[in-house]
Amino acid sequence: MTPSSDKEDVDPTSEQVLLTFYRRLYPFKQLFKWLNRGPERTEKELRLFPYREFAYTLRNQAYLRYNSYPSDIEMKKHVCLLTPSRFEIGPVYSAQPKDKKTVRSTHFKAEKREVVFDIDMTDYDPIRTCCSEADICKRCWGFIAVAVQVLDKAIRDQFGYNQLLWVYSGRRGIHLWISDKEAFELTDDQRKAMVEYLTVVKNGKEPGKQVNSRFASKDLPPTLKEACQTINESFDELILQDQNCFGSKEGYETLLSLIPDAKVVSRLREKWSDNPGSPSYIKWDEMKDEIKTLEQPARRVMRNAMEDILLQYAYPRLDAEVSKHRNHLLKAPFCIHPKTGRICVPVDPRHVAEFDPAKVPTIGQLLAELDAAGSSNSGREHRDDWQKTSLKPYIDMFDQYANSVQEKQTKMDLSW
Amino acid sequence: MFQAAKQTSKIQRHDKDDETLHVENGSTSYRLSLYDQPPLYDVTVEEFETSALDRLRILAEIESSAARNRTMEETKQMTIIQCGKYLPLNSNSASGVDIQAERRKDQLGHFVLRLAFCRSAELRRRFVKAEGTLFRIRYETDDSKERAAFLSSKDFNWISVDADEKEKYEAQLSHFVSNKTDPNAFKNETFYKVRWSTIPDLVEKRKVFLKGGFAYVPGREQASIIYAAFEERLEAALLATSRAIPLVDEETRLNPILDNLAQGFTAGVPSDWVGSGETTGEGITADMVDSLAKQHFPLCMRVLHQNLRKDHHMKHFGRLHYGLFLKVLGLSIDEAIAFWRKSFAGGPGADKFDKEYRYNIRHSFGLEGRRMNYPAKNCLQLHTAHEAGCPYRQLENSPENLQSALLSSYSAQGLTVDDLPEIMSQVRKKAYHVACTRVFEITHPRQVRKGDGLGDGESVTHPNQYAAKSIELEKEAKEPKMEVDN
Repeated sequence: MTPSSDKEDVDPTSEQVLLTFYRRLYPFKQLFKWLNRGPERTEKELRLFPYREFAYTLRNQAYLRYNSYPSDIEMKKHVCLLTPSRFEIGPVYSAQPKDKKTVRSTHFKAEKREVVFDIDMTDYDPIRTCCSEADICKRCWGFIAVAVQVLDKAIRDQFGYNQLLWVYSGRRGIHLWISDKEAFELTDDQRKAMVEYLTVVKNGKEPGKQVNSRFASKDLPPTLKEACQTINESFDELILQDQNCFGSKEGYETLLSLIPDAKVVSRLREKWSDNPGSPSYIKWDEMKDEIKTLEQPARRVMRNAMEDILLQYAYPRLDAEVSKHRNHLLKAPFCIHPKTGRICVPVDPRHVAEFDPAKVPTIGQLLAELDAAGSSNSGREHRDDWQKTSLKPYIDMFDQYANSVQEKQTKMDLSW
Repeated sequence: MFQAAKQTSKIQRHDKDDETLHVENGSTSYRLSLYDQPPLYDVTVEEFETSALDRLRILAEIESSAARNRTMEETKQMTIIQCGKYLPLNSNSASGVDIQAERRKDQLGHFVLRLAFCRSAELRRRFVKAEGTLFRIRYETDDSKERAAFLSSKDFNWISVDADEKEKYEAQLSHFVSNKTDPNAFKNETFYKVRWSTIPDLVEKRKVFLKGGFAYVPGREQASIIYAAFEERLEAALLATSRAIPLVDEETRLNPILDNLAQGFTAGVPSDWVGSGETTGEGITADMVDSLAKQHFPLCMRVLHQNLRKDHHMKHFGRLHYGLFLKVLGLSIDEAIAFWRKSFAGGPGADKFDKEYRYNIRHSFGLEGRRMNYPAKNCLQLHTAHEAGCPYRQLENSPENLQSALLSSYSAQGLTVDDLPEIMSQVRKKAYHVACTRVFEITHPRQVRKGDGLGDGESVTHPNQYAAKSIELEKEAKEPKMEVDN
């Protein structure tokens, strides 16, 4: 069977489907281990899970905030009762979120949470040529792949964080959760600083130059130089070959608008208007040839502009608002995307380029796999049923991640 | 004058080590201070209050600078002027001043305000911000040698980047060296390493090199680390103080002072305005009040005046606030009685005037009963008044009424509809005195520029201060003008 045929006969928003999914497949245990940063503990300051907010989007689109649970068992019960179409994870508050109405508002503050990042394909609409808006294909995943590579490297190398969980958002984007202790405890100001530091492309949805990378005409900061190198490795294939970003009049005009040297612009425009459909890599080489003819300092200005073009076309476009505040909610891993039926599975950043959104298990596919496996031992309690489905490698990955968060935290606790 | 027998020191001792006890007399060897050692000496209640009030004037000015979008440079100039007036703090090289007394007052004021501002998260945040700015300004203006000595006396948790490490990251670090033409610039630059999260502002602007969670800060950005450390430590200390303060048994003596101080940020400086001498204008007569009101009164008093003219009557608090204001403005007792009698003529209280109101007026001049010469109400008191108080505050929830009051009162003096959004946004931020100050600026365009406030960057803290400044500015403007006419 093919995943697409399943998608048609299973409605990812029906109560029965969701109930089966939450009862038999959703990894609540691992979720608890991750969010609680370890096993259940009695000391108040180490009990994290009960202070964590969960927000549900019910099937009738109602939105329920400030739910919290002592452990994964109670949470699973409630989720199975509500069968929400998806749910989101909020911060750890200073009081249990379910008590919000009874505690004084000054005593109810968002205190800690993972640092999260959200990259969404719609921010790439001005440059991608294959799809637009909600659609995504293997080809535009290339943008996400480069973004993940750049951001993953920057955060590990520059910020020194290494508990990074990348999660496919189910349709056209990707989320990042950083669970390192220091990241977990950052204030909003510090989060803002981190996002601004990592933000290079502003207002991705507007046309024109959006890169804010350097002071005046100074060199790029060393860390962005590194990002440029990473981008350069994929630029040829992604932007020039696959997306063919400059292969139309509109596309090359955008490129020309980013070139500061008026003479170069007019020469190139003359050349390209004769044959607007010539492949992007030829135009790119022609631009490089033009630069070679320039004298200093015009040549240096053009070199800088080229770096900025690399950044504009392939640097991660972040949704900054998501990351700046601790109290932002973000969809939990392993939810079902209501439109595509795909599961929000973790993605290994080392193999992000090979990831194909179309091959992500859908709820229909998983239920079929359960049926196939379930006929042999029907009647028994459904525990760890996910082991028998194609969700297994993803949950294993998530489990490993949760274990690493737990181990690190335990080590820190002991060192006190 | 009574002794505050070690009360301050007891309060502070909760969260401090005993090692710091040796600074019993508050003497310090540096002008700058991280205020890590509390005052442990006896102070009088009066000293307790004045040192805090003087410091509060400066902090309130810094805060209103931020509310008015002054640039850092403007704020710095304002603060230097204000500090010179209320809280001078000279470097070691200064002669002819009692440096230790200045520093003692600086330290004492800081710690008293900590007590006042530790009590809510909002107050703590604002206090840290204002103190941080003050520290920054002092740091920038400090003598460079003394500053260096001060820095080496403190531990800021930074690690000097050694030669090997510097060499390892030369390619990256050299980007942050300012002078690229000097070949030795990189060699001469020193770098410090701190956790990136301690200096978010530098990270945000990509002014530092990040590696493994550490920020490599070039020497010239060192100040940022110190500002961050100052604010971080102050925040922690305030939190500790807020936990200790319920243990302090000071219901009757110090707590009222602290309560009063804590409100200071809302209304600028909560003090009685004392102009030059007791009254401002000399020989103001009853019939001059109308024209003075139109030109020089702040909105609160203008509203009262208009109501009095309209109703030929005024209730108790209106009479109290407006009467005291007029007294300080320079209306003598005889003129005051004449003014009120005339105003009430034809109104519901006209026939009772001699019986009832005359006594009140004489009382407020200190001629009856307790014979106390009452000061006029300041902005803070008008903010908290239920009747006849600050209109910016009382009409906050009916912006249309406030806007029409502003237009009808001040359009003759140049206030236009275009100015309203700016004023209203300050009102919404509850910065009533900033809104009032802005109105002053708008209605005195020839004498003060935007951001000058009442001149020298002062904000409105008292209706009489507003009126006195306005009259003063008009006089100054008139004199040279008459020469031109000749």
